[in-house]
Amino acid sequence: MKSFAYVSAPDLDTALRTIADHDDVKLLAGGTNLVDLMREGIEQPATVVDITRLPLAGIEELPDGGIRIGALASNSRLAADPVIRTRYPVLARAILLGASAQLRNMATVGGNLLQRTRCMYFYDDVAACNKRVPGSGCAAIGGFSRGSAVLGASEHCIATHPSDMAVALVMLDAVIEVESLRGTRRIPIAEFHRLPGDTPHLETVLAADELITAVELPSVPVAANSHYRKVRDRASYAFALVSVAAALAVDDGTVTEVRLALGGVGTKPWRASEAERALLGGPATEEAFGRAADAELAAAVGGPQNTFKIELARRTVVATLRHLLAERDTA
Amino acid sequence: MEIELRINGSARRLDVSPQVSLLDALREYLGLTGTKKGCDQGACGACTVLADGRRINACLALAAQYEGREITTIEGVDHPLQQAFVRTDGFQCGYCTSGQICSAIGMLAEHKDGLPSAATEHLAVTGGELDDDEIRERMSGNLCRCGAYNGIVSAIKEVAK
Repeated sequence: MKSFAYVSAPDLDTALRTIADHDDVKLLAGGTNLVDLMREGIEQPATVVDITRLPLAGIEELPDGGIRIGALASNSRLAADPVIRTRYPVLARAILLGASAQLRNMATVGGNLLQRTRCMYFYDDVAACNKRVPGSGCAAIGGFSRGSAVLGASEHCIATHPSDMAVALVMLDAVIEVESLRGTRRIPIAEFHRLPGDTPHLETVLAADELITAVELPSVPVAANSHYRKVRDRASYAFALVSVAAALAVDDGTVTEVRLALGGVGTKPWRASEAERALLGGPATEEAFGRAADAELAAAVGGPQNTFKIELARRTVVATLRHLLAERDTA
Repeated sequence: MEIELRINGSARRLDVSPQVSLLDALREYLGLTGTKKGCDQGACGACTVLADGRRINACLALAAQYEGREITTIEGVDHPLQQAFVRTDGFQCGYCTSGQICSAIGMLAEHKDGLPSAATEHLAVTGGELDDDEIRERMSGNLCRCGAYNGIVSAIKEVAK
């Protein structure tokens, strides 16, 4: 690991000043992704600011029925929260289906949003990767691309966003609060992650001097009937090939409210707005679920190794909605 | 940089550079070699220790970050799980065992505190039984290349009763 200057920030102001005053600086929270990337030489910051001592780990209910989650709340603590488990089960389950218990105990909500892709060429420092070295090319295109994205990719990058938690947050229309010496910004999560386009090294709209302080969930009553389904190569402790976050309300056989997002298939956490539009006001049947998935996946582009993800995503959407329909019938 | 770590109830001062992991601090600076280095990238769980009673991967922790936290390694463990692993053949080569035991101690505490897992069917319900599926899911961060999983599950089940 390349050496760096370590700063432990005693308060938010010190953290913000340090990142504003230094180039080539990284914030360190849970460390589960950053320490690994530093050890691999993929990240080589000159300065690391440890923010784990900042008082940003609280989880509190808001007067409007929403919930405010401190950026340093651990993934475990968020998944265990009684309000999250009953009102936003999709979020608790998405987190519990990610990583291992040890990693979830360390990893934070803010860090989870900023984690980097696990594309093997991003990690392989002799391979071409536009995300790691802009302009160097993309070895995944035409290479080992079984895990790569089928939605939102460009000719410069086909890497998936690895987070499960962020897929649930996209479905819930979470708002990300960021702070800098210039003030506070509130960013809807749908606008937080960028598509790769011709700048795959730029993954979010977060500026270099900004720090995530909190994630806020609006009140989403339909989320009480929500679910997260993840398909992967082994039963536990693996990244998604395909995942689906969904919430569904049905009245007299008609879909009255629906939210859908996909993981494992997109270059960013993917809100399935086309599928939502296709479902809303229509019949809550398996045929309709399948047609809605097709509407979303019409834009999907598979390569020689990852085309299977398109059919797998379709089936996983149908299975997740079928599960929610059954849950509702037995509730 | 000079840091002070609290390991197994004792304060230990050491001089490390900031890039030294908690795992390397334990093994290379403090001679506590019970904690093992497997993958060194958070994928195998051999380096599992407890920080304030919660299980973590010491390989992904910088030592400096854990100043002031109470770290427990296998050298500080005296727990019925240790005998249970022997009784149930919960290991063969033994390399993953200290991580498995520290992880299981953390897991039992998490379950006692009502933390759910991905194997928990109804997330709103707390305090479900720790059956085989729950144990396997909750312990999935600890790999055993000898494949002693059946013995490991038996040992944990025996102690969880």
